[in-house]
Amino acid sequence: MSTVDDGVATLELRAVSKAFGSVVALRSGTLRVRPGSIHALVGENGAGKSTLIKIAAGVHRRDGGEMLLGGESVDFGSTAESKAAGIAVIYQEPTLFPDLSVTENIFMGRQLLGSGRRIDRHAMYEEAERLFTGLGVDLDPRRPALGLSIADQQIIEIAKAISLDARVLIMDEPTAALSGVEVERLFTVARRLRDEGRALVFISHRFDEVFALCDTVTVMRDGDYIDTVPIADTTVDAMVALMVGREVSDLFPKTPSTPGDVVLEVEGLTSPGVFHDVSFTVRAGEIVGLAGLVGAGRSEIVRAVFGVDGYDEGSVTLAGRRLRRRDPAGSIRAGLAFIPEDRRQQGLVTDASVAHNIAGVIRTRLAKAGLITQAAENTAARTWAARLEVKTGALDMLASTMSGGNQQKVVIAKWLATEPKLLIIDEPTRGIDVGTKAEVHRLLSELAGQGLAILMISSELPEVLGMSDRVLVVCEGRLTADIPRDEATPEAVMRAATHTAEVA
Amino acid sequence: MTPTDTTTHEEAAPEVLLHPSRMPRGRRWLTTLLRSRELSILFVLLLVIAVATIKTPSFLFSSNSWRDLLLTPSILILLAVGQAVVIITRNVDLSVGSVLGLTAYLTGRMFIDHPNLPIVAVVLIGVLAGAALGLVNGLLVGFGRVPALVITLGTLYIYRGIVLTWAGSDRINASDLPRDFLALGTKQVLGFPVLFLVAFAVLVAVGYHLHTARSGRELYAIGSDPDAAVLYGLRVRRRLIAAFVLSGALAGLAGVVYTARYGTVSSDAGSGIELQAVAAVVVGGVAIFGGSGTVWGAALGAVLLVTINRALPIVGIPDFWQQALVGVLILSAIVLDRILSVRRARQLIESRDDA
Repeated sequence: MSTVDDGVATLELRAVSKAFGSVVALRSGTLRVRPGSIHALVGENGAGKSTLIKIAAGVHRRDGGEMLLGGESVDFGSTAESKAAGIAVIYQEPTLFPDLSVTENIFMGRQLLGSGRRIDRHAMYEEAERLFTGLGVDLDPRRPALGLSIADQQIIEIAKAISLDARVLIMDEPTAALSGVEVERLFTVARRLRDEGRALVFISHRFDEVFALCDTVTVMRDGDYIDTVPIADTTVDAMVALMVGREVSDLFPKTPSTPGDVVLEVEGLTSPGVFHDVSFTVRAGEIVGLAGLVGAGRSEIVRAVFGVDGYDEGSVTLAGRRLRRRDPAGSIRAGLAFIPEDRRQQGLVTDASVAHNIAGVIRTRLAKAGLITQAAENTAARTWAARLEVKTGALDMLASTMSGGNQQKVVIAKWLATEPKLLIIDEPTRGIDVGTKAEVHRLLSELAGQGLAILMISSELPEVLGMSDRVLVVCEGRLTADIPRDEATPEAVMRAATHTAEVA
Repeated sequence: MTPTDTTTHEEAAPEVLLHPSRMPRGRRWLTTLLRSRELSILFVLLLVIAVATIKTPSFLFSSNSWRDLLLTPSILILLAVGQAVVIITRNVDLSVGSVLGLTAYLTGRMFIDHPNLPIVAVVLIGVLAGAALGLVNGLLVGFGRVPALVITLGTLYIYRGIVLTWAGSDRINASDLPRDFLALGTKQVLGFPVLFLVAFAVLVAVGYHLHTARSGRELYAIGSDPDAAVLYGLRVRRRLIAAFVLSGALAGLAGVVYTARYGTVSSDAGSGIELQAVAAVVVGGVAIFGGSGTVWGAALGAVLLVTINRALPIVGIPDFWQQALVGVLILSAIVLDRILSVRRARQLIESRDDA
């Protein structure tokens, strides 16, 4: 293996930075990918990997720094420019057109043309068939993209990138939802592309894959470049040390608690194609972490528990009362609170005041003779805002002008005002600055200490391990492990998350 | 899941959805055709015609009936084709009725103020004027980041305001128009009314383009998932603007056709017809959220709506029920769409478990 510094890099980013409003997503991103190399990019969630590659892909425009493609300075204003320059990106969450055939999805925007600039469907079907055969998958080129599993959607994305004949192929956790066989197939293809002299960037949380596939690794942490080393010269432990850079215990001030009675009991929940036979319990004063890879079905399970989505079989019981399916209002009345992942879209009225947001869910309780006064709203909101230390100048401040951490507190306050028995929270600290994260964590820990049962979904392994009294792991729509706090190690959780399990 | 455990499966996904390539070509085409929305609309249309004819044989068997059957829907076909293209991109164009009124009056004024202009030039001016008005819509939608529903509702009133100010209480009469132009409204070629042939030619051209051109397919992609379209590097804004320009141009052509067909144009020409166009498109199987459907279906939907409106009085159904029936038709089309697409998605998702 040659050293890291020879020749002209196919793709090079130097000290690239990017901020979204007040949240700095990328402080200084640096990446240097040589031709004929598979370069791993590792770091915790929120380390800035996705932002970095979205800059290379032309989705975001960098605020500062340099980007070179084949030694020449480039600045992409759109994904089309990046694509034309030869950069193909396979995103973590595939973006397909559900109404169109898989073949149209592969060739959209650059369809093969026959005589008279007409689209040559026949040639496209044949080419798609050839691509699928090369990838070793059984997909019908004429079927619609609608209803494809994440694994199959990834295959379409990969087929698209291969057919693009790209110089640089960036894969953002492509294996997150693939089975072992499919991963091997992808690696075979990746190596073939590498041997053709292309540059590949591979983002993964699975170290075994990084070591099996890549030749160089760049580590990022909290939006900063940390180091680039040849794979041959490093170990898993050394990489983890670079990625984390601090002790897990410093970040997560979880106080041990003694769980009380069972609050939530989920029995045999099944929704065909989405999740199967999911059973678990959450006790009072307990934080249960729901871990798993992107697309494993965690969010779908809690959405079904809360009643937003339906399910075919099984039951949900809250404090001894059976909840009706597809009845979120009934779930709230029974004492369930649900803070979704995307709080801007689903959890917060960003154009309304803090008081209004907090009082929103308890409107009916506040109303006197059908009317809600601003005073009543403010009184109710003030209690909760103060308890959660929401830092706002005034309760009539607009929610959209607050930081991510404070927005999250407002959402939590809003739901606590309903005095729930169980709080379901999906990705509590996504998009929140590292400093503020600890405050949200402390808050959750205190709430559990006061006897609230908490079900927390998180993709950040340190967060899951640091916060949870018990970790449930979901893999491909099934619960594959139930690990108590003192046995929960990154290895144990990742093993359960990536292998359809023996433990059920 | 074992093969015997079929209780949770409502119905397996049909072969034509999952593995169409495994079917013999002929059967694939036949299955696709039989499952198509267009065929069911055609069936309903024929049913309506049959019932009306049994009740009153002159509905189909009289000297003018064949002509009326094709001529009456021509204007709505033009509007529905343009509307379908816009709705496929997950937008809507509510201004087409006002554009029609404006260009219809413009056509009349052209003949009055410039008697020496050849008919072809006037037709062209009408189409271009419509395209220009559509361009305004497209630019506002493309750059304004405001839903097309709001933008085109605004231009609906603005464009109508322009006609009202311009025309006032003045109206174009048949006597103001050249005889050759008016003859277009009644002339037939090989037994087909000329105006119908114009609408049909537009339908074929647009339908062909949507099916076989890159830009046509990209309209479907944009409507199917606008965010994905941006990630694919499609020129979304340009395509959206083009869709609105086409819709405007066809509304302009419809305005010219309106003048030729009716001979009289007042300032309220075409008001309210935009809703019929949207109805025709929805009935014709174009998903209101974009991404699927064809202009063929939209055109059949237009013919169906117009024909029903003509047939109901003949069958003896009172006025109120005529309107209500059209409403029921639209609602059932939307409900049917929803049921079918939910079922389709469910079948495809459940089939993952069998893989």
